[in-house]
Amino acid sequence: MIFKLAMKNILGAGFRTWLNIFILSLSYFAIIALQGFYVGWQDDASREMKNWDFAGGQYWQENYDPYDPFTLEDSHAAIPKDLQKLIAEGEAIPILFSPATIYPDGRMRNIVLKGIDPNQNLIELPTKYLADHDEEIYCIIGSGFAYNLNIKEGDYIVLRWRDKNGTYDARDIKVAHIFSTTVLTVESNQIWIPLLILQEMLGHPNEATIITIKDEMYSKEFSGWQYRDLDFLLLDLTNLIQVKTVGSSVMYAILLFLAMIAIFDTQILAIFRRRKEMGTMMAMGMTRPKIIQLFTLEGVLHAVLAIFMGAIYGIPLLRHFEKVGMKFGADAKDWGLSGLDDALYPVYGWKLVVGTIILVLITTTIVSFLPTRKIAKLKPTDALRGKMTK
Amino acid sequence: MRKIFIIISLLIAITLFAEFPDGNELIRKVDDNMYSKNAVSTSRMIVHGRRGSRTMEIKSWAEGENRSFSEYLSPPRDAGTKMLKLEDKLWIYNPSSDRTIQISGHMLRQSMMGSDLSYEDMMEENELIKIYNAEVTEEEIINERDCWIVLLTAKVEDAAYQTKKVWIDKERYLPLREERFGKSGKLLKTTEIKEVFRIGKRWYPKNMVFKDVLKKGKGTEFIIDSIEFDVEIPESRFSKAALRK
Repeated sequence: MIFKLAMKNILGAGFRTWLNIFILSLSYFAIIALQGFYVGWQDDASREMKNWDFAGGQYWQENYDPYDPFTLEDSHAAIPKDLQKLIAEGEAIPILFSPATIYPDGRMRNIVLKGIDPNQNLIELPTKYLADHDEEIYCIIGSGFAYNLNIKEGDYIVLRWRDKNGTYDARDIKVAHIFSTTVLTVESNQIWIPLLILQEMLGHPNEATIITIKDEMYSKEFSGWQYRDLDFLLLDLTNLIQVKTVGSSVMYAILLFLAMIAIFDTQILAIFRRRKEMGTMMAMGMTRPKIIQLFTLEGVLHAVLAIFMGAIYGIPLLRHFEKVGMKFGADAKDWGLSGLDDALYPVYGWKLVVGTIILVLITTTIVSFLPTRKIAKLKPTDALRGKMTK
Repeated sequence: MRKIFIIISLLIAITLFAEFPDGNELIRKVDDNMYSKNAVSTSRMIVHGRRGSRTMEIKSWAEGENRSFSEYLSPPRDAGTKMLKLEDKLWIYNPSSDRTIQISGHMLRQSMMGSDLSYEDMMEENELIKIYNAEVTEEEIINERDCWIVLLTAKVEDAAYQTKKVWIDKERYLPLREERFGKSGKLLKTTEIKEVFRIGKRWYPKNMVFKDVLKKGKGTEFIIDSIEFDVEIPESRFSKAALRK
């Protein structure tokens, strides 16, 4: 009966009710849409990073620190025997890093030179283009870096490096393939060449800087090597998205705040204007808790109806975003964020939708309930005369 | 007849070879001419870039191969920048940020003040005899001076350049041209001396051009305006504290 009465009351309020519902539905839509983009970005980015770089985890030579380029020269060691077995079985790939200099079009540029087995299938890097070239050194470069350098497939670049003793050497290397990826850790400021050639160039036979493995191996420890699991490798991405999510929650808070002010106002106004109605209900035997329940329910029903209104325009719009993604006007790679391609595809999980609904419903219930506390002190005689009991 | 031809050819070859002096002796003389216990100089470095040239005036103090200190006097943008080299370490003081940073690893490969010289080039050991075995291969006239062409091959493992080709003035024992090669034989850098001057018994380069041949551009000119050898340099000059003074 209370439900019917509450529904009748709020629908009776007309335009004011629908305005509140619309504002609330916008909150649902904005939270779900934006969160969907962040979830989509995290899913895309972590999947791509696993496919292109991390696979099932990595062993790092103990000196290697990706944030300190000065460590690169000393970050190499012989590959542990157990891992050599895995490498032979195609379950792991050794990668050797070295600082080097290139001279595209006569300009000097410091890069990281990376050596990888051309026959590997563990990560999506198109290393097949590096295979079997007698005299020449073939390399592959990411499209973003190639664009910055203004080089094309088939071009030659002068590469200069120093071997383990510090002796200079230089060769012309051919750009065999330019690959496109959203994973900046395999494309930014780096060039890939065959591992054996790099090992020979540097004088580091059978050595590597990192070893990427297919499956996680938590139990294996090798002296001089540190195992980095996927949680560790994806930590930067997770932290970045967390920061972005927290940043965007300010917007959700503003939207929710506006909607809650509208609900709160409506409740205050309703309690003030409907004193005689409350008195009549009390005179007819309705208890104060029941009246509080009724008024709170009226507030909550705004949020419930907002779910339906949000669904009417939100579902088609969210589905549309899911299909076409959100297009970025500029090349998103220039923003320096992994996993961002020319479009971002959102992911809306049930947890996100249910979580948002619960959040809005709880907030609305609290905001609807707060003004009704006055009803607890209301005397029926005062109410019937249109007065509030102090 | 064939035997006679071979004998004559061998004799000619031996005679020709005998005309060339001992390469190692030659580079020892070059080292004696070029390197002193210490030196104080004022020089200009002209970097010829794509958008014009930039001249920097530098005052340098050097003691042996392992200790040197230089201060940029002009242009105003670079004035006050100081560099200190102690053994294999290099520090740079930047007056605008009032900070001293040590140049190491990757940064040593970068161009020094936009020039064709890298910080590594500056760190390189200068005395040829310590690093290279020399062999005189040819002779040629450079800038109207008779020169020996000497092929230097590294005798130590950690030489920056595996081979060098140096044109040495036959009388003055001064290298008038130098080509530096990578291990695979690719030419990497050249140095050409355009003008020389005499100080006491020494012949010294006055104007030289360094060129990173892998890079586009006209190279970096280095002009020595004044130089004094074997002068007293206070010990405090080669200290990190001197960078901030």
